[in-house]
Amino acid sequence: MAHSTDAHADNHGHHEGEFAHPASIRMLLTVFTILVLLTLLTVYQSTLDIGDMEIWLSLGIATVKASLVILFFMHLLWDKPFNAILFISSLIFVSLFLGFTLLDADAYSNKIELKDTLAESMKPEPAPEAPVTPTGMGASR
Amino acid sequence: MSVSDVTHHETGHEHDDHSHDHPEWLAHHFDDAEQQFDSGKLGMWLFLVTEVLFFSGMFCAYALLRSQSPETFAFASKFLNEKLGAINTGVLLFSSLTMAWAVRASQLSQHRILVGMLGTTLGCAAVFLGVKAVEYTHKWGLGLLPGSLYRAQGVPSNEDHAFGELSLIYMCVIPGILAVAFLIWWLISLVKKDRVQVEIAGPLFLAAACFFGGVGLGRYLESGEAHAEHADHTAQHDSHATELAAAEELHTASPVAATAVTEPVLNAVTQAHPDQVAPPKFEGVEDPKVNQKGRAGLFFSIYYCMTGVHAFHILGGMVVLTWLIVKAARHEFHSKYFGPVDNVGLYWHLVDFIWIYLFPLLYLIG
Amino acid sequence: MSILTRPDSTIEVTRGSDVKDNYLTHTSGFLTWALTLDHKRIGVMYFCGVMASFTLAGIIALIFRTHLMWADGGFLTVQQYNQLFTLHGAIMVFLFIIPSIPAALGNFLLPVMLGAKDVAFPRLNLMSFYLWVTGAIFFLVGLLITGLDTGWTFYTPYSLESKGPVVWATLAVFILGFSSIFTGLNFIVTINTMRPPGMTWFKMPLFLWATYSTSIIQVLATPVLGITVLLLTLERVLGIGIFDPKLNGDPVTFQHFFWFYSHPAVYIMILPAMGIISELIAVHSHKGIFGYRFIAYSSVAIALFGFLVWGHHMFTSGMSDVASIIFSALTFTVSIPSAIKVFNWLATMYKGTISLTAPMLYALSFIFLFTIGGLTGLFLGPLSLDRHLHDTYFVVAHFHYVMMGGTLVALLGGAFHWWPKMTGRMYNEFLGCVSAIVVFIGFNLTFLPQFVLGTRGMPRRYATYKIEFQDLHVVSTIGAFVLGLGLLIALVALVHAIFRGRKAPSNPWGGATLEWNCSSPPPFYNFERPPTVSDPYDFRGIEYDEKIGGYLKHGQS
Repeated sequence: MAHSTDAHADNHGHHEGEFAHPASIRMLLTVFTILVLLTLLTVYQSTLDIGDMEIWLSLGIATVKASLVILFFMHLLWDKPFNAILFISSLIFVSLFLGFTLLDADAYSNKIELKDTLAESMKPEPAPEAPVTPTGMGASR
Repeated sequence: MSVSDVTHHETGHEHDDHSHDHPEWLAHHFDDAEQQFDSGKLGMWLFLVTEVLFFSGMFCAYALLRSQSPETFAFASKFLNEKLGAINTGVLLFSSLTMAWAVRASQLSQHRILVGMLGTTLGCAAVFLGVKAVEYTHKWGLGLLPGSLYRAQGVPSNEDHAFGELSLIYMCVIPGILAVAFLIWWLISLVKKDRVQVEIAGPLFLAAACFFGGVGLGRYLESGEAHAEHADHTAQHDSHATELAAAEELHTASPVAATAVTEPVLNAVTQAHPDQVAPPKFEGVEDPKVNQKGRAGLFFSIYYCMTGVHAFHILGGMVVLTWLIVKAARHEFHSKYFGPVDNVGLYWHLVDFIWIYLFPLLYLIG
Repeated sequence: MSILTRPDSTIEVTRGSDVKDNYLTHTSGFLTWALTLDHKRIGVMYFCGVMASFTLAGIIALIFRTHLMWADGGFLTVQQYNQLFTLHGAIMVFLFIIPSIPAALGNFLLPVMLGAKDVAFPRLNLMSFYLWVTGAIFFLVGLLITGLDTGWTFYTPYSLESKGPVVWATLAVFILGFSSIFTGLNFIVTINTMRPPGMTWFKMPLFLWATYSTSIIQVLATPVLGITVLLLTLERVLGIGIFDPKLNGDPVTFQHFFWFYSHPAVYIMILPAMGIISELIAVHSHKGIFGYRFIAYSSVAIALFGFLVWGHHMFTSGMSDVASIIFSALTFTVSIPSAIKVFNWLATMYKGTISLTAPMLYALSFIFLFTIGGLTGLFLGPLSLDRHLHDTYFVVAHFHYVMMGGTLVALLGGAFHWWPKMTGRMYNEFLGCVSAIVVFIGFNLTFLPQFVLGTRGMPRRYATYKIEFQDLHVVSTIGAFVLGLGLLIALVALVHAIFRGRKAPSNPWGGATLEWNCSSPPPFYNFERPPTVSDPYDFRGIEYDEKIGGYLKHGQS
């Protein structure tokens, strides 16, 4: 793209009026068609019995769809690289957050026993929760 | 892209002296149109970053809960209507297309197309919410509520369809009022031949009407499903009742055990032996214990949180789209000032982006 | 040193302050302030707001410190004590420290230092301020209904059971979070797109680097706090169960969510303070900053490393061993960029011409206090020692050394340093220096004993304690009052300056950054034309001029 690759303020001034880049209609329609086809595909694959692979397959299809939206509809492919870096860094921080939290939860999951709240669930109307008297204090730094 | 050459003919303001002689669409503290556009766009991308991290918390909770009890998710997601989810996905994808087209129209100063595209986007948003309203209220009627409010499925007395219907009516009140108001406004402005107002009120009325289109569509598809489900439940009632009675006979010698499953009996059972109630059975579900507050209830918690927060984002998007339609009808956008359309577009695509993940994660399990 | 000895009366004010129109006098009336889009006025309003919050939370601290003079407790019930320390923590963290430097001084200084007319989104800036006000009102409403007693961290499951107004507080935090996000977003965009010609990244004052790094954290971490408190609100209202162990929810997850924000938030608090210190040390030593790029990069490094260590708040919370070990190891990485900064400040002072003004005294006490705060943090990083020290007064003392000895002291130093620019008046140097010294003494008197108390096993958040701890508690309480006195003197000095101070020259300290180029106070538009940008730490040719009582660049008269 002819566009300046940096957000430096001193790059302003030249290229006046050249920051609009209308997308072609054909491109928009093509992307939309692919997105709809992928949606149908993901609905179809959910009916297949492929066990644990299923979630990864459906997430994979979702990621392809999401990338199409980001790259073409959101124009990231032609945008300033800084904006792309921003968006990708947000995903990196999300994976950091999810990664550590899930790593920890997975590591102590064998110490957790799921409680049975069945009886409560069978009551037609939920009983109002009785407030418990305060006891301990949350520990924190 | 070789598309940048189309923009040259637009309003060529020569402003050498930056601090004075600003065109009215250029804020005083910016030097030129491009700086203003770049700032706005960077700001919007940063905002999208915060949105991604905001949603990540719920995705994290989702992953935790699902890994903790995958069978619960397989069980509970059966109560979500795949068809409605898929249709809503299509609606949002289409609205993304029209939004992207609107950005193109604003860059090319195609004012009529711009208003049309923005109106279509707004209409799609309304359809989406209409379908969502049906989905939500249908579940509320069945007692498919979040966490502590969840009521076990397969117990007939727990179903309160009237409540679901009533809440759907409540949800239709505001769109109804809006639709009538916009219709009147549209008609008046048609009579007065005020082009700007016609171009504002028309799309707004159609969008409000689209909500009811969404509701109709949702009810049509949900009702089929509901009948099937209901039949399913009634088929299980016999086994369920015997199961319950058996469970009770095991632990109490109470005479009520022999009676049919009615509300007071259930209460008696749960109060007498809160820990040993046998859950209703479902076909294809190995562990019927997933049908309780602490399991399926949690699935519905995360379902309502994710889709609810997403729906609020749709609502917010509708507000800014309305603002854009007003500006577009006044022909305020052109190749040097289309930032608002572009930025709202980015936001709208992000809402779509989130839904693209929500759909398979919530609707297509198992 | 020379500045201290010169009587103010000998200085005639002739230049700089003659400019009639400045941002304070540009327009008048309440609404021109309340609806202003001018970043300087918003900064001043923020400054008043955060200082009011600080005063409130400080008075609360004095109340329960007095209570703690007696082993069996003084005049508070246990419940009242819980509510008071919660309010102290919540107000200090959410209403004071997080917005303090970025939103108050940052708003005022960032565009001026950058050479821009305003921040990129002035309306968003004003909205951020009003979100802060709304959040403050929510907190106060919560305070008036009944006391909040969960601690500022809202840990589940207690926060689900507490009778306190948790929903009000979490909504307040949600709103304040958006206020903080908008400030950070605005600053990043401003620095990225609104630098005038010549202002390259490495011509920026270090305060801007620090603010930029802070903004990155604000934008990346605060949304997670938003969703955390939103889920907690829903948990309270609807019982969604995600964090509630009764419904198979996971309270440890709540802590992960909470600290994913709140640990980086610690760097939201300290990074801008470090930025201020970089300016103060260089200007008042009249010597170019040592290791400019190291300080700049270390700010960004702290911002990024800060995201990797949140688990060290949770070593005793039931987190798994593997996560504890990883977080413990990562914790030590943060000390590297922090140490780089301290070394560079010391090297900057070396062979400098140090003026012992009030801002410089505050900067020196910052270095001392922050170093203690940082080094005691290293004690808490290893798992073995943390098991012993967790939730004791050692931790309390540690983070007060960093938060208060760091951020508050830097804020005061910055306030004295830029007070002439903000108000157009010089403060009384004697009062300023006395306040710095009294604050330093009072602070150490308050919190040094708490290190000892902590290692001896005094747990935090207890209304009563064993008699053997009483002596140190009494010392600490006395220190708190000395500290309060010091802060009062600082307040008197600042307020006195507004009414009785002599008019300030454009450049009272000999700084080379752009804000000293415009008059004091700055004109409404900051700069008529984009200013000429030069090295922000090149003090050559900036010389003291007796006539105006301030500094002039050589050849500029």
